[in-house]
Order: sequence, then structure tokens, then C-alpha cells
Amino acid sequence: MTAYLLKRLLIGMVTLGVASVVVFLMLEVVPGDPARLMLGMNASDAQVELLRDQMGLNQPLVVRYLTWAGGLLSLDFGKSYTYSVPVIDLIKERLVVSFPLAIIALTLSTLIAIPVGLFAAARRGKAADTAAMAVAQVGVAMPNFWFALLLVYVFAVWLRLVPAGGFPGWGNGVWPALKALILPAMALALPQAAILARVTRAALIEVLSEDYIRTARAKGMPMRAVLWRHALRNAMIPVLTIMGLQFAFLLAGTIIIENVFYLPGLGRLVFQAITQRDLIVVESVVMLLVAAVVVVNLLVDLSYAVVDPRLRTRQ
Amino acid sequence: MSLLAIEKLSLKIGSLPILRDIDLSIAPGEVLGLVGESGSGKSMTALAIMQLAPASARAKGRITFDGTDILGASEQQMCALRGDDIGMIFQEPMTALNPVKTIGEQVAEGIRWHTRASRAEAEERAKKILDRVGLPEQKFALSRYPHELSGGQRQRVAIAIACALKPKLLIADEPTTALDVVLQAQILDLLKELVSENKMSLLFISHDLAVVTDMADRITILRQGTVIATGDTAQTLSEANHPYTRQLALASTHVPARVKPHVDNTGADNLLEVSNITREYPGRRRSLFSRSEPVRAVDNVSLTMKPGASVALVGRSGCGKSTLARMILALDTPTSGAIKFRGMSITGRSEADLKPARRNMQVVFQDPYGSFDPRHTVERLVAEPLHLLERRPDRKERRNMVARALHEVGLSRSDMEKYPHEFSGGQRQRLSIARAIITRPKLIVADEPVSALDVSIRAQILDLFAELNHKLGVAYLFITHDLTVARAITDDVLIMHEGRIVERGKTAQVLDQPTSEAAQALVSAAPDLHRAIARRLQEQG
Repeated sequence: MTAYLLKRLLIGMVTLGVASVVVFLMLEVVPGDPARLMLGMNASDAQVELLRDQMGLNQPLVVRYLTWAGGLLSLDFGKSYTYSVPVIDLIKERLVVSFPLAIIALTLSTLIAIPVGLFAAARRGKAADTAAMAVAQVGVAMPNFWFALLLVYVFAVWLRLVPAGGFPGWGNGVWPALKALILPAMALALPQAAILARVTRAALIEVLSEDYIRTARAKGMPMRAVLWRHALRNAMIPVLTIMGLQFAFLLAGTIIIENVFYLPGLGRLVFQAITQRDLIVVESVVMLLVAAVVVVNLLVDLSYAVVDPRLRTRQ
Repeated sequence: MSLLAIEKLSLKIGSLPILRDIDLSIAPGEVLGLVGESGSGKSMTALAIMQLAPASARAKGRITFDGTDILGASEQQMCALRGDDIGMIFQEPMTALNPVKTIGEQVAEGIRWHTRASRAEAEERAKKILDRVGLPEQKFALSRYPHELSGGQRQRVAIAIACALKPKLLIADEPTTALDVVLQAQILDLLKELVSENKMSLLFISHDLAVVTDMADRITILRQGTVIATGDTAQTLSEANHPYTRQLALASTHVPARVKPHVDNTGADNLLEVSNITREYPGRRRSLFSRSEPVRAVDNVSLTMKPGASVALVGRSGCGKSTLARMILALDTPTSGAIKFRGMSITGRSEADLKPARRNMQVVFQDPYGSFDPRHTVERLVAEPLHLLERRPDRKERRNMVARALHEVGLSRSDMEKYPHEFSGGQRQRLSIARAIITRPKLIVADEPVSALDVSIRAQILDLFAELNHKLGVAYLFITHDLTVARAITDDVLIMHEGRIVERGKTAQVLDQPTSEAAQALVSAAPDLHRAIARRLQEQG
């Protein structure tokens, strides 16, 4: 078990290392001189050159990469070109929006997907199953920003239950802040839930043909109890795998959704930074998102061992 | 008054009739044997009693259990009966238990469900019943998971689950078919004891006449979904009024007519020489840096085989016989020791060097379906080993070679274009034999080649093996736990136990007068139809 853990951890770290090289090189080839951007159109070449020296932009590629990567390790992400404040401060400020948003979306999608999967699997081939899966198919096909607009129309414009956008900050109480996050979280969660529900259903149906399900039925347990107590946990491995993979898409989704809802989150930060060629912010946020995906998948690997005792003893 | 009465039960899946007008009854405390070949409807009858048949199954007729009309009962009523009044044990212990739940949870679950007992009470009862089936708590804690137990131990857990609430009727569907003979004898004894202790009725389903005779007071024989014969076990089998009963009885004790071993072994060079081979597997990792002692699957084994010889390698499951076979086939490398085939050492050689050896030794596996790619035609499947030949045959030669091999195993040239699913189990085993003989090998290693087959098919395949031995002069190494197979088809026998060969000699002699403990255990546990009938008749006077 310890060996399994260490191996997973090592793989995670290697992934982060490779990702940092790729991110750094990608942004190297993007056109635009950060020094000129910061000084504005009227700056002289000499001024630009001076700033380039100060920023270390004239040093060799490898040196610049090592400086940057070393900074990441000590949480020193450098200074934003456009805001002229440390990137870490920008990220902290935005994380209080994006982190809760991602967690709420992930929880919502799980809470929707698993019951729907159970419901459909228990009624396999019947009308209710077909209907549930047809709805899920629509969910898979629809882009999340379209959901976002529909949700705004129904809950904000029509029912006036929640604000249509913006974020009041956590300082004004938890409830108003949560109210501002609930629609974006749903817009992110619904397409995810649709995919996850289909995976849950398929995994359950496969498990239901196993011999031990028959054993459980022969004990006298009704189908519902068998589904919850015996089938669900065995079906969790593929569901967890997809959840981990989907998490990356969920994060990518926040870039669009935060823009639709005017949320001051990481997604919006990275979007603005790209349009303003604030490369150092882009690099830092992208690395943070990569780290989040790596950590989530590490958690998924760990949860396999929690779900399946056979993996705890395997070499 | 019978506990269970089935009258004119018919069952269809879709438009396919599975059961036709089945009549069957079990008195309280009685053991009824339900016998038939695969596909005869034995398991479907059992599932119909439990109302666990597939959703697409439609049943007609009447099943009465203890006053309840089963076919008319609601799902709720059935849930109350299942596990409480009717317990059931299935064939495959390896998959019958939920891998993510502890054995304690799985035994206690049914107890809690039916008695509304508290968790602690249910666990206490689970402990008692597990202890009763031979899994005492000191050695098998309730917190163990199924994968930490062997097949025999898992079947004991399944029996504990089925018998936890002392049901009135226990249904055992081929409960020992997946176990070796020694375990089989232990499990059968346990079932007999539990049945008489708790005064349960037992519906014992098996394809093995000897086992059923040993267990059952009365017997019902099924064939293609209809009852062929029913009555007192010993009487039904010894009189064998119905031709099918007679055929079954004959087939299960069938010994192929073998021409005298045609090769004079004394002078010839050894075909196979295995000297002092050992195979170790690394022990379980205890922590990051230490492992427990390596496991010796094969321990210092030596053996020789002459050309054309037929040798049985007999032992209980897990004794190392398949590991030994894999090394002989150069599919695994021994930790130490040497293997010579036709005078050439095959240990530590590259695949290219092994080619001549490979074309002279072929293998036949237990499961004829699992060893074929379902998307390939028979021509392609049977021609598979031809790439081992010195010169690749062209298309026409290849077809002729496949046709000849098919002919030799009793199939026809027109079968070449078919796919494996179009054949029956016995025919598929013929296909894998055709594949094995197409390169004209000198040695065939057969790993339990007939244990997945019905008795009448098994008899035919044994005949085929005997015939090919004579016709092609091919030597056999038969790996089996079934002594009747060893006796029927081999001249010499090696008894393997815990990685070592503990006894060797002429098959008939070793099986009649075994000297080692392991061989004695195997021989005394082996079911024997004639002995079982004789004993039953004697008991009845």
C-alpha cells in the first residue's frame, strides 16, 4: 500500500514537471513583448530594453525556466505585468470564488448523477430508463454556457430567486455569496452529471450480472437494497475514474462560466490575462489548474483502494 | 406431504422452451439429486423455485413450497422466503461473494435482514455459523475479505450464508464442481452434516452421477428440459430402465479401448527430461523494503517421458501442476534446474531458438471456448501453430493441412469457414485438439482437457485422445485432479503435492495401492459410481 502511494505520488510530480516545461515553452512562442506591453505604446526602445533586463527577459531560456520553476516551488509566482502586483495575491483573491465553485459543482454533479444512474439501472430497458438516458444525452450534447443562459433566464430573470451575475464577496455573509455561486455551479455540474449518470448506469448494469448479486438476491434482499449495498460500491471504480478525468473539463468550463456570470474567479483572471498578454499570470494560473487536476487524480487513485480491498494488498 | 412440489412446470425464455412439464417433489428432510448434462434445465429449475430466473423467462405450471404458491407469490413474499426458508449455494465460489464486503458482513447481512437482529447479535450468529462450517474466528476473522480466502474456504462462506437461518430447503447447484476432489469430499460431508443437524431438505444439483449417488436418497434425471426418470437413487441407477439413464451411467465410467502402448519405451531416447527444476515466486511485500519468504510453487521436480508415452500429472488445486506444465511448455522459466526436450535444452533460450521445440509440443486447455478468439474462423484458429514450421505453407497447403487435422478429430472440411460459437462444447474441444496436432507434435500437454465437458462428451474426447496416441504416436502429459481420467487414458502417473512429486509409478498400481499420504487422500476422496451404488444398496439391505 505504501509502495502504491509513493508510486502514485511520484507519477504526479513527474506530470507537474513535464507540464511546467510545456506551459513555459508554449508561452515563449506566443508573440508580444511583455516589457513593451507594460510600458505602453509610447515607450522608447531603450526604456523597454532596460525593463527587459530588470525582468530577466534577456537571460537564456534555461535560466529563465529555472528561475520561474524555482519561484513556483516557493509560491513566488512573480509580478503581474498589467496589475503590477504579485501574482500570488491575485490568485488568492480569485481562489475564494473558484475553489468553492468547483467543489459545489463537483458535489452537485455527483449528487445528481449517482441517483439517476441507480434509477436507470434498476429499470433497465423500461420507459423510465429510456427517458432518463434521453435527458442525459441532451445534457451531454448541450454546451454549459447555454445551460447558464437558460438558468439565468428561469431563476434570475423570471423567478428572481438569485442574482443573474456578479459576486458580493464572502465579507457580506455566507448566504448571499452562496446564492451567487449556485447558478454557475449548476451550469457547470449539469453536463458533467449527464456523462457521469451514463457511466454509473453502465457500470451498475455490468455489476448486476455478477454472481455475487445473485447470492445477495438469494439471501432475500429486495432489488433496491442489493443495488445500494452490493452493486453501487463495486460500480464505483469506473465512476471515480471518469470523475477524475472530468475534473479537468470542469475547470476548463469555469473560464466560460465565470465570464457568463461575471464572477471574479480564476477562470476570468486567466481569460483577461490572455487578452492582455499578461503571460506570467497565464503561466501561473495554468500551472495551478494542472496541479489541481493532478491532486484530484491522486485522490481518485487513493479512493480506489478505499473502495476495493483487493487493491490494498496488491503489490 | 412434500415440502416442495413442482407440477407440470414449463419455462420459456423468449420463444425458446427451457423446461417442459417438469414434475418433482421433495419431502421434509429428504435429499433429492437433480442430474443432467449442461443445458438440461437443472439450474433453471432451481432458479424458478427461487423466482430468480432471468426477467425474460415465462413460467407455467405450479410450484408449491410449504403451502405457498411460488409462481403466484409477490416479490415481497419471495424476499421473505429467500434466504430464510430457502437457502441456495452456487457453483462458482470464486465469484459468488461480493469482493468489497467482509465475510462477516456478508453472512450477517441475511440474518439482520430477516430477523431484524442488531448488528452485534447478527455478528454473533455469523461467528457461530462460520465456525460450524469450518472457519473458526481465531483463524478466519469476520473482517476478512473474500480474496484472502481459497476457493474451498469461499464455498464454506457461501454455505454459511445459505444455512445461517436454518432454511427448510437448501438448494445446492453444482456446489463442488469447481473444487478439487479432496475439497469436494470435505464440502459434501459438511453439507450432509448440516442437512441432518438442521433437518433440512436438500435439492442437490450435479452432473456427476457418482457424487449424486453418494448424496441423494432419491434422484430425478433431466434431459433437454424434461424428466427422464425419477425414483430411489440406487434402484434407478442400477436398473437403468431408460436408455438415457443407462447411457449416462456408462459414460461416467467410460474407459477408452486403448491399443497396447505401441512404442517399446525401454530403448528409445527420452522425449522429455526435467531435472531438478524449481520455480519460486517472490513473497508478499510486507513493507517498502522487506518481503516475506519466496513461495516455492514447484520444488525440485524431476521427471522423464519416453516418446509416445501417456503420463498423468495428478494433484490438488494449487499443488503446482500447472506451473510445472508452463515451464515444460517454455512459457515460464524455472528459478533453477534444466528441461531438455528431444535432447535440446529449452531453458533460457530465445523465442527464435525455441521454434523447433515449440512446433513439437502443443497444448490443450480446459476451457475450449476461452482459448479461441471468437472473431476468427476455424481455418485461421486451427492454422495458428503453422507459423512455427520451417517453411510457411501457401494458402492451398494450409487449407489441406487444416482439413486433415479436422478430419482426424472427427470434424469435417466444411467446418473451416465457421466460427467457434457455432460449435458445441465437445466440438470446440475437438477444435483445440485439431489445433494441437496440426504441426505433428511429439508431445501434447493437456491441462484438465475434459473437466469442463459433460460425461458423454467426455467419453468421446477420451476416445479421441486414445486414438490419436495410437495413430500419431504423440505423447501426452495429462494434468488432472480427476482420477478416473488418469486411469482411463494414462500408463504412468505422477502425484504432485505442495510443489513436489510425492509418488510415481504405473497408473493402475498407484491408484489401487497408493503409498503416499497425498495419493491416498486423492484416491479415497475420488467419487466412484459403482462403489456409491453398492454402498447405497447395502444400506438399504
